[in-house]
Amino acid sequence: MSGPQTIIDKLWSAHEVARREDGAALLFVDRHYVHEGSFLAFDQIRKRRRTVAEPALTFGIADHYVPTRGRDRPIADPSIADMVGKLETNTTGNGISLFGLGDPRQGIVHVVGPEQGLTLPGLLIVCGDSHTSTHGAFGAYAFGIGASEVAHVLMTQTLWQKKPSRMRVTISGKAAPGIAAKDIALSVIARIGADGARGHAVEYAGSAISALSMEGRMTLCNMSIEGGGRCGIVAPDAVTFAYLKGRPFAPKDAAFDRAVEAWSGLASDRDAIFDREVTLDAGAIAPIVTWGTTPDDALPIDASVPDPAREADPARARYLRDALDYMGIAPGKKLTGIAIDRIFIGSCTNARIEDLRAAAAVLAGRKSKVPGLVSPGSSTVKRQAEEEGLDRIFRDAGLEWVDSGCSMCVGINGDVVPPGERCASTTNRNFRGRQGPGARTHLMSPAMVAAAAVTGHLTDVRQLLPGRKAEG
Amino acid sequence: MEKFVRLVTKACPLLLANVDADQILPARFLKLPRSSELGRVLFHDLRRDAEGNERPDFPLNRPVWRDARVLVAGRNFGGGSSREAAVYALYEAGIRCVVAPSFGDIFAQNAVKNGLLTPALSEADVAELGAAIAADPDMPVTVDLEQQTISRGNRSFTFSIDPVSRNQLLNGWDDVDLTDSYATRIAAFKATDRERRPWARPTRS
Repeated sequence: MSGPQTIIDKLWSAHEVARREDGAALLFVDRHYVHEGSFLAFDQIRKRRRTVAEPALTFGIADHYVPTRGRDRPIADPSIADMVGKLETNTTGNGISLFGLGDPRQGIVHVVGPEQGLTLPGLLIVCGDSHTSTHGAFGAYAFGIGASEVAHVLMTQTLWQKKPSRMRVTISGKAAPGIAAKDIALSVIARIGADGARGHAVEYAGSAISALSMEGRMTLCNMSIEGGGRCGIVAPDAVTFAYLKGRPFAPKDAAFDRAVEAWSGLASDRDAIFDREVTLDAGAIAPIVTWGTTPDDALPIDASVPDPAREADPARARYLRDALDYMGIAPGKKLTGIAIDRIFIGSCTNARIEDLRAAAAVLAGRKSKVPGLVSPGSSTVKRQAEEEGLDRIFRDAGLEWVDSGCSMCVGINGDVVPPGERCASTTNRNFRGRQGPGARTHLMSPAMVAAAAVTGHLTDVRQLLPGRKAEG
Repeated sequence: MEKFVRLVTKACPLLLANVDADQILPARFLKLPRSSELGRVLFHDLRRDAEGNERPDFPLNRPVWRDARVLVAGRNFGGGSSREAAVYALYEAGIRCVVAPSFGDIFAQNAVKNGLLTPALSEADVAELGAAIAADPDMPVTVDLEQQTISRGNRSFTFSIDPVSRNQLLNGWDDVDLTDSYATRIAAFKATDRERRPWARPTRS
């Protein structure tokens, strides 16, 4: 390709092994993360009597099914023990490194990869999990794939893909104090819709993105899939390089400096053309919560839920009625009037150290009015939080401080929201039944979840911040 | 992989928007291996009440549509999770084609790997097709991938599908066999790539 290129074009062409007449490209995969759910793919390669092509580029991480309590004992539920055991045999049996249960590096795959320096700018990264978009925060081309594609990558270290359209989301200006990356992410999704970025790779740019920490960029890229985009990307910069320096699997010394030189050329060229551009003013973004059953059912905390009776489009009115009925919320109710039953702080979206600090800043010296669970994004984050005394703040507030895993975000490891209960959650999906059958989920930032815990209802965290170290 | 060329069958309308992959197959069933059991838990929480009894108003529970092999669905079908087992569940339940205005990208890609056709029609066409089926539930539809049409009686809709997926489904291509024929090019790529991007492989500390 000649002429100015976007970061999407640069990443794509660096990995293209071949291209077919119909436009499909064979891409080389630099990193492949597998988890317990990847067993279906390992079943496929066994059936074909094949082996893993590049075990050194493949890393196993136990996260989806791991219990978050009682790690000193054998797993009580045999079906969960079986899932964790399968990952162990599938990885070690194929020469793949495993960060399994009991490994000090264990955690959620999208937290561990970056933390260990496995995720780097310029890489093509895949995993059988839709939130693989998270790794794009480093200027990597990262996307979630299904089991057949996982099997294909295991066998060939490549993948057939059609090049997506290119979209740039520019967040200009400066976010107000108390506004988190989650608020930016939910604002983008509310603007474009839950399928708004379908068929697109998304680059996030603008002054409010440059101002984000790596943790914030990961939250934003993580939520790309909730706007329909398979991957979200932020061009690597000094913030990225500072985060990566000294990470266990990252290049060292002179090799690191040479890598930084190469990575610095990845940013979109000045006049590069995107197929679609969306711009938001960071200054206009307020704390956001979801009220319904898709992530684009998101509104500023001072708003009221929609009233189907005032909706002109009958199909939309039916959707609103169904969503409000499932959520158990009266039409037109003020968001701040919605009482919650429990809170959850965790998941690949919002369980990194900065997220825990933001929640702790609100909770320090206060009590939670509802029960709740705090599950750090990784065992490393857990140790760091304990060194900083954050665990004490959560425990003193009356919350449970547990081990790391996907926990209550996915509801398959023993941590679930009981039927009919309402949970203020730092997770990524408010789908029906996502946190357990009949569970009602409201998505928001860690600070907003902490605020809801303190008051017992959805709350504008900015009212609880005066005199405290606010999270930017 | 099984080819998809042409299919004549009953179609079942499921005209809800945003039926995400969690609705198609709730996460608690993801431990199941690929088996017919997955077909029985398809749409489990939409299809059954909290006691596990079938909801009579759910379209696939109506006797006339139990053997339908085409679903006519709302916008953004299969969004969210990358779980391929959602596609297995549809396939094991006998569904070979889901028509909708749009699909989750990963879902659509998983579908094509498993011989499940996901043709896109406009919102208006989906609404028209769904209403026509509801009015006369027994009348079959014909899905023709070569012609890119879905027809019912003398009404025919032309659908869009990306050429890569169309090729793969019409030919029943197996990706791995195809990729194996590129082995030399993959090896050459790896050799030059090591020079070009020495930082790309993980180091050990």
